[in-house]
Amino acid sequence: MDALAATLSFTLLYGVSYGLLLFIIAIGLVVTMGLMRIVNMAHGAFAAVGGYLAHWLIGAWGMPFWGGVVVAVLAVAALGAAMERVLYVRLYGAPELDQLLMTIGLCFGTIGLLTLVFGPNVYPSATPAMLAGNVDILGRPFPAYRVFVFLLGALVVVLLWLLFERTLFGARLRAAVDNRGMAQAAGVDVDRLFSVAFAVGAGLAALGGAVGAPMLPLDPLYPFKYLPLFLIIVGLAGFGHIRASFWVAILVGLVDTAGRFLAPEFGGFTVYVLLIALLLWRPNGLLGALR
Amino acid sequence: MSALPPIPRTSVLRRARMHPAEPLWWGAALAAFFLFPDYLSFGTSVLIMAMLALSLGLVLGFAGVVTLGHAVFFGVGAYTAALLAIGGWTEPVTGALLGGLAATAVALATGPLLLRLHGLPLVLATLALGVVFYEAANKAGWITGGDDGLFGMELAPLLGRYEWTIFGHTQYLYALAWLFAAVVLVRRILASPFGLALEGIRENAPRMRLIGAPVLGQLVVAYAISGFLAGVAGALSAQTTAFVGLQVFALETSVDALLMLVLGGIGSVYGGLVGAPLYMSVKYFTQQWDPHLWKLFVAALLILATLIARGGLVGLLGRLWRRR
Repeated sequence: MDALAATLSFTLLYGVSYGLLLFIIAIGLVVTMGLMRIVNMAHGAFAAVGGYLAHWLIGAWGMPFWGGVVVAVLAVAALGAAMERVLYVRLYGAPELDQLLMTIGLCFGTIGLLTLVFGPNVYPSATPAMLAGNVDILGRPFPAYRVFVFLLGALVVVLLWLLFERTLFGARLRAAVDNRGMAQAAGVDVDRLFSVAFAVGAGLAALGGAVGAPMLPLDPLYPFKYLPLFLIIVGLAGFGHIRASFWVAILVGLVDTAGRFLAPEFGGFTVYVLLIALLLWRPNGLLGALR
Repeated sequence: MSALPPIPRTSVLRRARMHPAEPLWWGAALAAFFLFPDYLSFGTSVLIMAMLALSLGLVLGFAGVVTLGHAVFFGVGAYTAALLAIGGWTEPVTGALLGGLAATAVALATGPLLLRLHGLPLVLATLALGVVFYEAANKAGWITGGDDGLFGMELAPLLGRYEWTIFGHTQYLYALAWLFAAVVLVRRILASPFGLALEGIRENAPRMRLIGAPVLGQLVVAYAISGFLAGVAGALSAQTTAFVGLQVFALETSVDALLMLVLGGIGSVYGGLVGAPLYMSVKYFTQQWDPHLWKLFVAALLILATLIARGGLVGLLGRLWRRR
């Protein structure tokens, strides 16, 4: 009985903290795919660049953990805004294949640059000493790092909820996702909204890449390797369904963790089989109606 | 929003006729056989990838199906041919045909489900299918050899006469002959009413449905033919290198074929055939210079291809040809 409780609580903590991490990285993708109708295969690149930048600043320049993370997030958000204005703006309304190709090009470019600068191996990630040990919750030891990711993820989710539901920016964003033409007709500057949303999404991906490095190790192929995971969340939630994507991310985190834990021989692909089945069943998203 | 950029259409009457530039390509492929005897194994891999790109071009460029899962067929064909050779079926031509048929079976099993989707869901579903096959091949190590792959297959001499040489003479001509047969087949299909129906689906699927065309059925048939050609290409890769690794199922294989097709030109039979040598040469030579630099090259090529050179190299050459 106790063993069962231990297994369950570990799976819950690992699964939910993993799901929250995926949500932080993927939320930008949900918004770009929903708002701008862009197949963005380069989204993982923002997470990778954020992760590399943060751990390079921390490791090679001796910056404090939080300093490195914050600088990386701001830098990647600025980079995202610049990319949106220069490259992505040409993709709005372009054929899907063009979007696919250009963003794959960006993905390849990032991989090439990361390999040239940091070498082909896994880049060592720094975790602050205070997150190294275990913490006791209800008399059970849990790895402090997982608890930290869990808390940070929850904080980001609350902030995002406030941003989307309680601010004018959020109201405009939701309006534009639902019906772009109508929002424009009502006087919303959708182009500017796109830029800001893109920058925020890139910044959040960088945050996930930096903080999540111990879970999703930083190597040059990162932008490609974990892309299916991020795309799954968008695909399952339905394009642009922000709230649904939260629940889906948690579900993916739990299914993946439980799959790897309970049935290691099938663990790697339970999530993908789930994705195909659900896409065929409901091409517009699992929780389409829930929004 | 359409799935593909606008594609210039040639008149139905002119399709069956040969373009004056076509013999040039085959002449160049034959000339390469005599001019670069040291690069024949590289040349063979170019021909095989050209065949994969050709098969992708059939569904992508002519039926408008944007897929990231074409490596599935390539991989199934490759493993089938390798397992046949290991199991004692060493006749190469039938081995390649059986590899193609195995891939056709996969296409017929998945096509009716997948091809109901289009746009983003289709891209995601084909991507996920590719990952499932990769992981499955990885786990089923007792059949596929897992990470080590399958190697050391011995094939019977081609047509009972031509021995497989260590320099790859037989391999190169064998792949070239298959590619020629595939091009003849694809051209024949595209000039047929069925080929026109596919283009109708690409341009406007709802309208095709309204005039009573069995859209899903026609897409599945195109997918099966494309799967067959990709499977044969995979089988050729296994037979000519005597090796199959998990890489055949990797997302990179699908993406490579897509990039070759786009660089060469979508919506043209010769797109993949022109793109493959270009892409593979850039990859091969930049990799020799610096193993990681080629991704930067490809990235630049891709971004330029989408921003400037619509229709790829074949489109560009065609425009120059007409301007003359």
